[in-house]
Amino acid sequence: MDMRVMGTKAFNTLWGFSVGAIVFASVLYLSPQFLRSQDTATKNRIEKIDELVAKVWEAYQLQPSDPADDGEWCRRLYLDLIGRIPKVNELEAFLNDESPNKKEQLVERLLYGDEYTEEFARNWTTVWTNLLIGRTGGNANNSLISREGMQKFLRDAFAREMPYDRFVRELITANGNTRPDGDDFNGATNFLIDKVNMDNGAQATAATSQLFLGLQVQCTQCHNHPFNDWKQQKYWEFNAFFRQTRAFRGQTDADSPILADQDYGGESGNVDEADLFFELRNGLLKVAYPVFVDGEEIERSGYVNVVNRREKLADFIVNSEYMPKVMANRMWGYFLGYGFTKPVDDLGPHNIPSNPELLDYLSTEFRDSGFDVRSLMKWIVLSRPYSLSSKITRYNESDDPLSGQPPRFTHFYIRQMTAEQLYESMLVAQGDTAEQYSFEVQEQRRNRWLQQFASTFGNDEGTESSTFNGTIPQVLMMFNGDMIQAATTKDSGSIIAQAMQSGRNKGNQAVNFLYRAGLAREANRDELRVAEQFLGARGGDASEAMVDIWWMILNSNEFIFVH
Amino acid sequence: MRRNQYPGFQTPRGMSRRHFLTHMAGATAFAGSSLALGNALAANASTLKRNRKSAILLWMGGGPATIDLWDLKPGQATGGPFKPIATTGEMQICEHLPMIAQQMDKLSIVRNMSTREADHTRGAYYMHTGFVPQPSIQYPSYGSVISQQLFDSRSDLEIPPFVSVGGGSEGPGFLGMAWAPFTVDSNGNVRNLNMGVEPSRLTQRVMALAKLEQNFIDDNRGRAAAEHAKVIQKTLNLLNSQQMSAFRVADEPAEVRERYGDNNFGRGCLMARRLVETGVPFVEVTLGGWDNHQNIFPTLQNNMLPTLDRAMSALVEDLSQRGMLDDTAIIWMGEFGRTPRINGNTGRDHWARSWSTVVGGAGMNPGIAVGQTNEDGTSIEGSSYTSENLMATICKSLGISLETTFTSNNNRPIKIANGAAPISELFA
Repeated sequence: MDMRVMGTKAFNTLWGFSVGAIVFASVLYLSPQFLRSQDTATKNRIEKIDELVAKVWEAYQLQPSDPADDGEWCRRLYLDLIGRIPKVNELEAFLNDESPNKKEQLVERLLYGDEYTEEFARNWTTVWTNLLIGRTGGNANNSLISREGMQKFLRDAFAREMPYDRFVRELITANGNTRPDGDDFNGATNFLIDKVNMDNGAQATAATSQLFLGLQVQCTQCHNHPFNDWKQQKYWEFNAFFRQTRAFRGQTDADSPILADQDYGGESGNVDEADLFFELRNGLLKVAYPVFVDGEEIERSGYVNVVNRREKLADFIVNSEYMPKVMANRMWGYFLGYGFTKPVDDLGPHNIPSNPELLDYLSTEFRDSGFDVRSLMKWIVLSRPYSLSSKITRYNESDDPLSGQPPRFTHFYIRQMTAEQLYESMLVAQGDTAEQYSFEVQEQRRNRWLQQFASTFGNDEGTESSTFNGTIPQVLMMFNGDMIQAATTKDSGSIIAQAMQSGRNKGNQAVNFLYRAGLAREANRDELRVAEQFLGARGGDASEAMVDIWWMILNSNEFIFVH
Repeated sequence: MRRNQYPGFQTPRGMSRRHFLTHMAGATAFAGSSLALGNALAANASTLKRNRKSAILLWMGGGPATIDLWDLKPGQATGGPFKPIATTGEMQICEHLPMIAQQMDKLSIVRNMSTREADHTRGAYYMHTGFVPQPSIQYPSYGSVISQQLFDSRSDLEIPPFVSVGGGSEGPGFLGMAWAPFTVDSNGNVRNLNMGVEPSRLTQRVMALAKLEQNFIDDNRGRAAAEHAKVIQKTLNLLNSQQMSAFRVADEPAEVRERYGDNNFGRGCLMARRLVETGVPFVEVTLGGWDNHQNIFPTLQNNMLPTLDRAMSALVEDLSQRGMLDDTAIIWMGEFGRTPRINGNTGRDHWARSWSTVVGGAGMNPGIAVGQTNEDGTSIEGSSYTSENLMATICKSLGISLETTFTSNNNRPIKIANGAAPISELFA
């Protein structure tokens, strides 16, 4: 386990897991018999995935691109699984590995290796924090959300390999304090804490159905949906599950907000038949009780000890066919750039998936794995579509999802790093000069840096915008910002110092080191010539020329894209 | 855009050719693409047209209760407590907008807006683009369309042609990231402008970077790779520009800043005037906080309306006094209006069926109220207008042909403003 930034004790307290649990997990993982049976099953699944993807290629007479270079694939994998580019030594270890299943081994290491637990968990914490509370949730002074609390729950869940059904259940049913310093701390409360009070829980209804069921219901709050069979009635029946939930602000700012169950009296005042009313567009009032989307009802009592509505909702959701489906779609979209539907969390009947057979297969296997998120990731990243080059050929140029076509996955679709991936990669680009901070300070610094790109629209849907995506402020930040400045120093331990050291004996080696560090490949002949020109322009000062080259590499499209 | 074509980066706008070539002297060894550079300079010189038209969008995030601002229903159950007052135009407006009332001879209200999108995300998209959201096509917003259309007439412009103050704009869609809004805060701070490296060395780096970018683009990995290079070009233009001072609202005299209001929206409106003066064809200024589901009347009276009144009236007056209003279109709108019915929390909810927007300048007929709603504001009487009509109106006022057709990301021809007709009452 990587504990450079904190002592073992602090680490354990922070993550809340015992050493015993890790030892147990490791023993299980290392048992040879276990490994072998896992291997065959995994292989079969991946073959099936490849087969279902290839079926579409045949149907549309498309030919896939060549496989990506090892270096390119390795860079992609590090960025996607642990949220940063590989370090030069990591890249070289992979490139020099001659074992035939080195890809499988690298995937295993990033998913299960102790040395990557922290980074893996941080990456997926980031992804899910943005999904659950957005890029700005908890940043406003008076917010009920504790971003720190949310992240603590998520880190724990991902480090401990919490199965996805339990993960969803904890988020939906959470009670307790939002802040990590409180006695009754439960970080999962932060998902719902600011979504239950306003507008009778409209946001809780919309977020829960969208994230975990792929059902977009927000419009049906006020009217029947024009092109989806969700009706206003269904919306309010789903909403009724949140009526026993209440967020309480602490008595003073020093007290943590609390999410709690409380009895629901019903709008007509009969707790045994705790109802709610909604208004049709023609002004008529209709009544609703908790009914799940498939029509299953629960007891109508508003007493929590008779029937806990959120518990029941969680039961329904984790047993629903939609839950694994939307997660499989989300994961596929995360790794391949596009899901089978657009957006990935809209699986309504109006939105036909581009490869329904594959989506069903992934979701069934995911469910049968006991909702094991890492397994799902493993199948996807070891599949053929994930291994393909991003270079488009004339045999697959019609496969262009940007033009509105359904994605066929005949080549890897390039995408810009997220702000979070860039941040972590720029830390790698600082070499060993990156200052070491305590975990909390590290997170605060990162959060502050990320805030420069996020702004909210200030409405009741919590909509946010990001100015990160390929804009002038982003280019300026890469030209001049604090992180690029820190990355282009020549201090001992910096990437430039490392490059100089590696190139002490041979001329091109230092330049190649930089290209490997930034782009996971070596410089070509033209690029070596450019390097020489820089050397001339810097009057023969090689390390100054390295500064120019490193600046150029970090500012290139090839660097900032996942490709 | 011709100017931004590859290979190679071209003379940054705002750098004279001679100035640039001085830098290049130190960089000739890098300039594999100097030929293209010369061609582009020639092209630059030949495209000088004069069109000083611009537009300022005042975006009211959250959906303002236009029934309480521009189309009051006194005495009705839906009317709320505010009273109408006379204006210098032919219409009455809310008593809590007294300074705007003095400028209404220069603005017009469109009281018969009727749209269908009453959800924030969809409504904001629809009002910004003139198209309802659709998964397969990403439509460009007002700022992207207008800045792209007017860009060629601004060969002296060095700063981004679409500036968004305070964020909240919609993106460039299929027009590409080169037409994305340049977002700044209301203090005009642009981060990371200070290069801290010799200009000639920067030029060398940028020339070398151009090659690296081009290699990646030439690998044929999809168009996003080239978009990145275009944005770098725009950044270079900006880095070298004196026009950046347009962002510095603090340079204005204190009484002017006071007149606009010392708050984000006030400063944003003042910055909009400075930017338009500099030649920026499109500026969007956001005022959020209109999503008043609860307790709407005190919120409007004490917070929202005083801020709006001061800033918007100052902007109109200032533009007019400087003789800029004839060339500058002003659009005031949010994603929708709010329910005539006042809800149980003394708020108003989302409502798209009958609401108002305000426009003015750029030759549109001033001082009138277009269309009308019924007695209690719950429906339109007579004809109604949509986002498409409004967008066509603004384009027409700016001299942009309504026959303009774009090619979308999926290669479909897309007519500007979805081919809609402009609001006829606003043109003589």
